[in-house]
Amino acid sequence: MTETIFFYAFALLALVGAILTVTARSAVYSAISLIVALVGVAGLFLLQQAEFLFAVQIILYIGGVMVLFLFVIMLVNLDEAARQRQFNRQWLLALACIAGVAAMFFYFLSRGAGAFQIAAAAPARAAEGNTERLADALFSEYLLPFEIASLLLLVAIVGSVIMAKKRV
Amino acid sequence: MHPITTSHYLVLSAALLLIGTLGVLTRRNIVIILMSIELILNAVNLNLVAFSRHLDQVTGQIFAIFVIVVAVGEAAVGLGILIALFRNKETVHADEVDLLKW
Repeated sequence: MTETIFFYAFALLALVGAILTVTARSAVYSAISLIVALVGVAGLFLLQQAEFLFAVQIILYIGGVMVLFLFVIMLVNLDEAARQRQFNRQWLLALACIAGVAAMFFYFLSRGAGAFQIAAAAPARAAEGNTERLADALFSEYLLPFEIASLLLLVAIVGSVIMAKKRV
Repeated sequence: MHPITTSHYLVLSAALLLIGTLGVLTRRNIVIILMSIELILNAVNLNLVAFSRHLDQVTGQIFAIFVIVVAVGEAAVGLGILIALFRNKETVHADEVDLLKW
């Protein structure tokens, strides 16, 4: 019962935040709405017993990525851009395509909904927590992808520094 | 009230994905396009976590971590490109960058 209420609350937060992100005129409003949407998604992670991802979402996305976005919004002068046309010329075509894909998605999801009824009560593992299970898998089975991910982050750091530098 | 099942999460994730795609396709401001991409990747993460719980396996959450890593790298490099673009062309609109168009 409480899960239902919390699910709809967080889902509303995520959806309203997402719609405002896409439609807001000012980039700062858009970033703030995106933070609202990310908080909603973080709550949904918590609701699904993914506590580690909840913490990662709050610390890394809302604390890291969104601050980076806000920094860039302050750095780049967006006042002129906010006064101009916000949507490109193909917006009607894009809307039609999205409507078509949405109809397809929800048709197939409604047909397959019966397959997902069992998940109502997932067996709770009291012995070990979510973070422990995650670490076990990450540092044994997925050790090589984990190391490659760290390499990818290094490449991203070097790449973004070179991109933002004045003279290469 | 009905109990919340995995398909609830799938529907929500599909809706978030569609909203994000709409933002990528229709907006002109590159900053907002990058934020819409973050929205899309979050929808994917929601889907992965929903299936991770549905199957009672932790693999989906590990994939979600990798998706977050890629999203962070994408945001950093994308914003670096945006700063370089703004320095050279004084615009943040995606449809004004048409040097390779003929």
